Amino acid sequence: MKITCWVNGTQRVAEDVALTESLLHLLRHHLGLRGTKNACEQGECGSCAVYLDGALVCSCLVLAGQAEGRAVTTVEGLGDSGHPDRVQQAFVEAGAVQCGFCTPGLVMASHDLLQRVPVPDDDQIREALAGNLCRCTGYQKIIEAVHLAARR
Amino acid sequence: MYASDLSGEGMLHGATRRSPLAHARIRRVDVSAALAMPGVAAVMVAADLPGKNRFGLNFADQPVLAEDIVRYAGEPIAIVAAESPQLARDAVVRILVDLEPLEGVFDMQRAMAPDAPRLHEFGNVLRHVHLLHGDPAGAPVDVWVEGYYETAMQDHAALGPEAGLAVPAEDGGVDLHVTTQWLHVDREQITRCLGLPETKVRIHLAGVGGAFGSREDIHMQVHACVLALRTGRPVKFSYGREESFLGHVHRHPSRIWISHGATEDGRLVTVKARLLFDGGAYASSSPAVLGNAVTFAAGPYEVPNVQVEGTVVYTNNPPCGAMRGFGAPQVCFAHEAQMDKLARALAMDPIGLRLRNALSRDSVLPTGQVLRGSAPVREVIQQLLALPLPEPESAKGRSPLRYPGGTGNVTRGEGMRRGTGIAVGYKNIAFSEGFDDGATARVTLSVTPAGLEAEIHTAAVEMGQGLYTLLAQVVRTELEVDSVVMHPADTLVGTAGSTSASRQSMMAGGAVQMACASVRAEILKRAANRYGRRAGDTELDLSGGWVRAAATPIIEVAQLLDEPVSCEAVYHHRPTQHFDENGQGDVHVAFAFAAERAVVEVDEELGLVRVVQVAASIDVGKVLNPIGLTGQIEGGTAQGLGLAVMEQVQLKDGVILNPSFTDYLIPTILDVPPVVTTVVEDPEPGSPYGVKGIGESSTVVSTAAVVAALRDATGRDLNRAPVLPDDLIGLRPPAEGGLPPPVPVVPGQEAVPYYFSEGSGQQNLM
Repeated sequence: MKITCWVNGTQRVAEDVALTESLLHLLRHHLGLRGTKNACEQGECGSCAVYLDGALVCSCLVLAGQAEGRAVTTVEGLGDSGHPDRVQQAFVEAGAVQCGFCTPGLVMASHDLLQRVPVPDDDQIREALAGNLCRCTGYQKIIEAVHLAARR
Repeated sequence: MYASDLSGEGMLHGATRRSPLAHARIRRVDVSAALAMPGVAAVMVAADLPGKNRFGLNFADQPVLAEDIVRYAGEPIAIVAAESPQLARDAVVRILVDLEPLEGVFDMQRAMAPDAPRLHEFGNVLRHVHLLHGDPAGAPVDVWVEGYYETAMQDHAALGPEAGLAVPAEDGGVDLHVTTQWLHVDREQITRCLGLPETKVRIHLAGVGGAFGSREDIHMQVHACVLALRTGRPVKFSYGREESFLGHVHRHPSRIWISHGATEDGRLVTVKARLLFDGGAYASSSPAVLGNAVTFAAGPYEVPNVQVEGTVVYTNNPPCGAMRGFGAPQVCFAHEAQMDKLARALAMDPIGLRLRNALSRDSVLPTGQVLRGSAPVREVIQQLLALPLPEPESAKGRSPLRYPGGTGNVTRGEGMRRGTGIAVGYKNIAFSEGFDDGATARVTLSVTPAGLEAEIHTAAVEMGQGLYTLLAQVVRTELEVDSVVMHPADTLVGTAGSTSASRQSMMAGGAVQMACASVRAEILKRAANRYGRRAGDTELDLSGGWVRAAATPIIEVAQLLDEPVSCEAVYHHRPTQHFDENGQGDVHVAFAFAAERAVVEVDEELGLVRVVQVAASIDVGKVLNPIGLTGQIEGGTAQGLGLAVMEQVQLKDGVILNPSFTDYLIPTILDVPPVVTTVVEDPEPGSPYGVKGIGESSTVVSTAAVVAALRDATGRDLNRAPVLPDDLIGLRPPAEGGLPPPVPVVPGQEAVPYYFSEGSGQQNLM
């Protein structure tokens, strides 16, 4: 099938998308946006988190077809190395990135939290990021990064 | 760019047909239906392989594709390259595999029985190490405590699954971009399996996505290369989570029978331990893991009389190998439980008991090795005690997140008990038992329009631990150059050894420091040549971008760099020895010590746990990067916490029952408490800047510390990790060890295949 959607503010068209493909596959394989990561494909790790019409979703649990006509924001849409979002910059500065594979999803989830709760406390951060797995950091520096981003 | 993000022009996608059975004879493999599918470019079985069908880190005992027998569930039998990932997966299903089930061995004690099915011709004992020190049978002891302990199979669960892209080259060779921990040992194994010379196989590091030991072994490397060479097109493999569980080794499950004997005043006299590790179907690095476990079995204490009998066996379970801590976490779990038990038997303070027996410089280890390097064990323990305990919290009226069970919202603080436990442990830095795992680095200094720039070229692997930041710091320190860039890691430079064993800060760091010294010397030589200086003239020095004579600037460094200066260096640690017939010898290079204290709360009715705080006191030699350092300690602690309370690869007849993040639980942000850290800086002699690696020591101790706290909270004899809710509410009694297995008859202290077959991997890279 053919899918047309808005990705990071640009209209994108993907041809030959299978009915069974996920939004994650649409982004990574059809649109070449590989910032969104595939680490479990069961909605457990949050590495594939994106905004779909402004709502944070695990893109591995959303069918590609569900994105038809809708707006998707990926980690690439938040910022890049030249112009990082405050959350991305805070993750770097706080040492919240080790291997980096979980980082795009955690950045998205943190960004979402800060939109809802501008100055979250530790418990609010823990609850908001409970759907994201990180195997490297032990999460402490991720919590520090969210506090740092909130201060900016 | 992570390995799973790679793509190449005209790329095919690979998929693997794996055995559903743990032990079986292959009657027939029919690939015709798969091969006939449109879009399938190649299907290969063992008979199609161009070279040797064996690989392995310590011994080449593992087939690239099983030819006649499969020895674990998940073992690769056939591989496919097709135009899309979906097509490749569909084709794999169309391969007809006819298996004749064979009786399997799934229990490590059963594996040692004379009538057990044999996995390999020489039997199921992979290695047995006998360590005898002093007179453990005769030395007089006032008090004995005995214990039996079990730890489960743990998965690394690196977030980035195994992946790589093989690109056929015009010279008939192949370029492989892959997630790995040691490029050159991969190449060593791959070239043999491809039947190609080393010059035709080039390995390039792709973004790793975490490793923790899981990327030391070959996963898809050979599969992608043979398919690329067969089809003449790039071939990519990218494992999903389930296949990742099947495609890499795990932490060894262990059973440990251990007795501690002491004097009435709390001096350790004797430790006797029987260790049994499940190595799974193939050797991987199990022999080295066992060697480590044997040497650390008595803990970081002076014990004059020690006997350890350690065995690692083959079973039809998935292969086990390297994982953060490499044999030390299992024995730490046992020896620290024993120290608490002994303290109770002696009516002593458990910390006092540890301080009284702590190792220090010039102590003699159970291997007879004299501890010549830094060993601040007492300082580590004392600094731990100085860390603040968590604030007391009222049992009522908390945020649900702060109760055991957390967001499950199942308790309001009823039946909740708090407990505290500590553990002390140690881990070797760099490879042991005679390995000379040198590290190479090249540093090039040149002038760019923006000024001086240094480039580091090393095959050492950055996998998230912060090595490249640290190497750049070394160059900035040594050469006072702000701009430092990393050349991509590949096999075009010499081996850096494995990024494991907490070794690269010392080894690659040492190589970069040495290369910088050569660069500096070359610059001074160029300056001296230009000014015709002679012996006896004021010595030249380099600082602030200038060559100086007695602080007077002579010439800018940039003016000496018409040709860049490029120097390569190889760092070697001091030599170590093999075990002698009694497990004695100078087998380790250096040691990192650690102590942790865990505070937990247990809901005694529901068996739920909240880890409230972990305090970590870590011996680091010298801090080079504070953020990287604490990041390693916090992350390492979280992995040990996972093994303490939740992580367990569950097996039935050798089949992994929980190969997903839905069923294999790792700690979330709700499970990992604040980790408060202190470090002890006691420089390691002979190591660059006195540094010790810190990648593993926190993992070694945290499982033991958390379970000790759970024992303290519940009063239960918890002798198994992970501790599950049933253990905490008494539904499952402690594990019964029964009689330990008899000591097997083996040809010697080395791994048994050493006496029967050809070595491979690390042995040949020395």
